[in-house]
Amino acid sequence: MDNVFEKIVETIVDAKGIDAASVKPESTFKDLNVDSLDIAEMVMTLEDEFGITIELEEGIATVQDLVNLINERIAG
Amino acid sequence: MRLKIYGTGSALPKRVVTNDDLAAFLDTSDEWISTRTGIRERRVLSEETLQSLAERAGAMALSSANVAPEAIDYVLVSTVQAETLTPALACDIQPALGLKCMGMDLNAGCTGFIAALAVAEGLIASGRARKILIVSAEAVTRFADWRDRSTCVLFGDAAGACVVGEGEGVKDIRFVSEPRRDVLCATTPPGNSPFAGELRPAEYLKMQGQEVYKFAVSHAFRDVREMLADHDLQPEDIDFYVLHQANMRILEAVRTRLKVEPERFPHNIERTGNTSSATVPVLLDELNRAGRLKPGCRVILNAFGAGLCTGTALVEF
Repeated sequence: MDNVFEKIVETIVDAKGIDAASVKPESTFKDLNVDSLDIAEMVMTLEDEFGITIELEEGIATVQDLVNLINERIAG
Repeated sequence: MRLKIYGTGSALPKRVVTNDDLAAFLDTSDEWISTRTGIRERRVLSEETLQSLAERAGAMALSSANVAPEAIDYVLVSTVQAETLTPALACDIQPALGLKCMGMDLNAGCTGFIAALAVAEGLIASGRARKILIVSAEAVTRFADWRDRSTCVLFGDAAGACVVGEGEGVKDIRFVSEPRRDVLCATTPPGNSPFAGELRPAEYLKMQGQEVYKFAVSHAFRDVREMLADHDLQPEDIDFYVLHQANMRILEAVRTRLKVEPERFPHNIERTGNTSSATVPVLLDELNRAGRLKPGCRVILNAFGAGLCTGTALVEF
């Protein structure tokens, strides 16, 4: 769980050059200025990292939503 | 592979539609569209017909190739949706171009131009044709959903063409297919058959942008890398990567993965939007007319889209 969150923070920091401390589980991607294609790009990195395939769904609004989606795929 | 590109042509509709024009009737903005897509304006069919665009592009390709109409013995048109179901657009454009030969349309989504190149190669290899006119003519704005601000802003209309024939030039053509209907589809009108079951109205183009982005970036990068490796080429050995102009963010994602300079990734999406299978031959024609396809110039063509499928070609000029 923590590992997934940390990896997401790392990819957001890499992609957008923002301070890691500003990324919280409850942060919305909108507030972080992360748009839908940024999310798709991050998900590609995370798919490689965790060896999973994620089909992106509507309604991924917060960092925690993405953590949950990835954890579901890792578990499933 | 015995296939050479002799000449190119292209045609865009006259009507320019800017992002601000779209913001007048959609909840969107120039900033929203341009940061997510790189598109500033697109050309849209208004008073003109798709057929007239295809004819203009075809005539320009014949002239550029310096090939007489009588020498053309096959016409291939790639289009997702022509103005007629039948006859084929490849037949309808022939009178205006002075042609009289077999013609057929093919639909491979945005990969259509590369699919047509491969069909042409087969027709020439079998001895069935010697010189072929390929036209990729697309009117995506006619089946885009103009109520959907996430997709309609992406598209424009255009036609790109080339004359191909026997010779040295096209080194390799490959395809990858991953059939998936859910992420990118549009349907035709149901007709009025009394025997049909439930008649469902036509559905305009629907696209799941994130899934298409993932497919496009991962496949374009992998397909190009494999093509280069199999021909003992490095990314910097290619002068121009003429990729399907779907989204500037896709082009940049593929380019940075290949680690090549922006100069090798020409683009016109800022002016044209995504014109489906027409983007590759239109961009190729723009490079050709600018005198940038010099002898010995090595080019990768790569397109991806509905199917889902991708096509990649390695061409030397």
